[in-house]
Amino acid sequence: MAKATVPIVDIRDVSKVFKLQDRSITALSGANLSITKGEFICLIGASGCGKSTLLRIMAGFDQPTSGEALMWGKPITGPDPGRGMVFQDYALFPWLSVRDNIGFGPAARRLSTAEVKATVDKFIDLVGLQKFATAYPHQLSGGMKQRVAIARVLANDAELVLMDEPFGALDAMTRERLQDELLEIWERTKLTVVFVTHSVEEAIFLAGRVVVMTPGPGRIESDNVLELARPRDVASPEFNDIRRVLGAKLHSHHSKVASAPSSAV
Amino acid sequence: MTSWRRLKPTALALIVPLLLLAFWQVATVNRWTLLIPTPYQVGEYMVDFAVGGIYDDAYSGTLLTHLLASMSRVYGGFALAASFALPIGLLIGRLPVARMLLDPFLQIMRPIPVTAWLPLSMILFGLGAKSAFALVCLGAFYPILLNTIFGVRAVDPKLFEAASMLGCRGNAQFYKVVLPAAVPSIFTGLRLGLGLAWFVIVVGEMTGVPQGLGAVIMDGRTLSRTELVICGMIVIGVAGYLSDRVVVALGNRLLRWSPNHHG
Repeated sequence: MAKATVPIVDIRDVSKVFKLQDRSITALSGANLSITKGEFICLIGASGCGKSTLLRIMAGFDQPTSGEALMWGKPITGPDPGRGMVFQDYALFPWLSVRDNIGFGPAARRLSTAEVKATVDKFIDLVGLQKFATAYPHQLSGGMKQRVAIARVLANDAELVLMDEPFGALDAMTRERLQDELLEIWERTKLTVVFVTHSVEEAIFLAGRVVVMTPGPGRIESDNVLELARPRDVASPEFNDIRRVLGAKLHSHHSKVASAPSSAV
Repeated sequence: MTSWRRLKPTALALIVPLLLLAFWQVATVNRWTLLIPTPYQVGEYMVDFAVGGIYDDAYSGTLLTHLLASMSRVYGGFALAASFALPIGLLIGRLPVARMLLDPFLQIMRPIPVTAWLPLSMILFGLGAKSAFALVCLGAFYPILLNTIFGVRAVDPKLFEAASMLGCRGNAQFYKVVLPAAVPSIFTGLRLGLGLAWFVIVVGEMTGVPQGLGAVIMDGRTLSRTELVICGMIVIGVAGYLSDRVVVALGNRLLRWSPNHHG
């Protein structure tokens, strides 16, 4: 076997237990996942499957209860500009204009004013928000807000972009446009993207690998490499074949839960 | 059509005051009460109070003096209150220790009305301006404090996560996230505080100060000069209103980013 390259992210037997008063809830149980630089991975599953927990552990917002989460072989101990998170509800700073939201990271890293400006200009162009540079978040549509959130993470030189159902709150048309734009950015910048969604179609459209997760307790059900050529046609028979297979895996836990109802946490 | 659209708010806003004025006129002309002067008498007295030349008594042409005296206490007391309430509010909002130390005490002190403090204030600060200052300060203190605490505590936790993943951690988050996020709430507190400062000015000036709108009203009461009392009331109302409009205009500029801050 050839010497394996160091993965950008390595999740080793990670579990996460949340304590709520006298109960404890296993959000994630024994997850293993290794991500190579430049991959586009989708985590998919019903609510309670631990996909957001896994993402938050990769971001450094939460620490695993057991196991380890590594980036470039080093434990992830907290949030870091190298790992950018795009939240479903945007989490933009409402008091900052589009420009200043994108420039927040560069300014926090104490780049010079000129460098901040150049970086901001570059990424405003990338997401096509030149006309809205001085607008405040509340003046933007959901799609535009999410573009700002993506630009904000990219402007901070994030190698790994973590996206937590980023397009979940958008209408279908906007979602499709942003999916196309995201793929374009990914292909151009060779970023590594981990994208959480509950839509099978979105996962198959975007990902090179789809990690299916199931709830009760949250765990990784399967890891599926997609060989489908890009750009992908959601109406093609190949696309639908994959959709059927993944759909079945996604619901595989139902029979299990039904047979052992009292064991659910 | 367009001119009506522009005038409509003003026209609507005038209906209630004009009806009240009409009722006042009818009531006094028909002698339903003998203790309240007619609107005309009050208007005449207001002119005399402002510029003199009609009655030429001790109050003629003194409006500006009294207004300035009251304004200095309102804004001075307000500024003093803000200088205490803002830092204490930030501390209580951010540090659990400060909250446990101060919050119960302040919650007990808060329901005590400013009027109740009047005797103690006169003992502690003496008769006169210092006491007035202290009472106005006390009146403005709590709204500023409570809104500051609320603003600091109500910051969306996602924003802290967003800031830390963008490389802004620890104390820097206080200046980059907590303070700006709390500004709308702090601003609301300052606006309410200034309003209350005007509200308690009469109590503040019950402490035996020679000048001030509150002092004028108290004199009017002792001398049974109701027109003087009403004039003082109107001036306080108008001054408080104008002062609030300035604050609101300031807020609209400062808080352009905030979707729910356009008053």
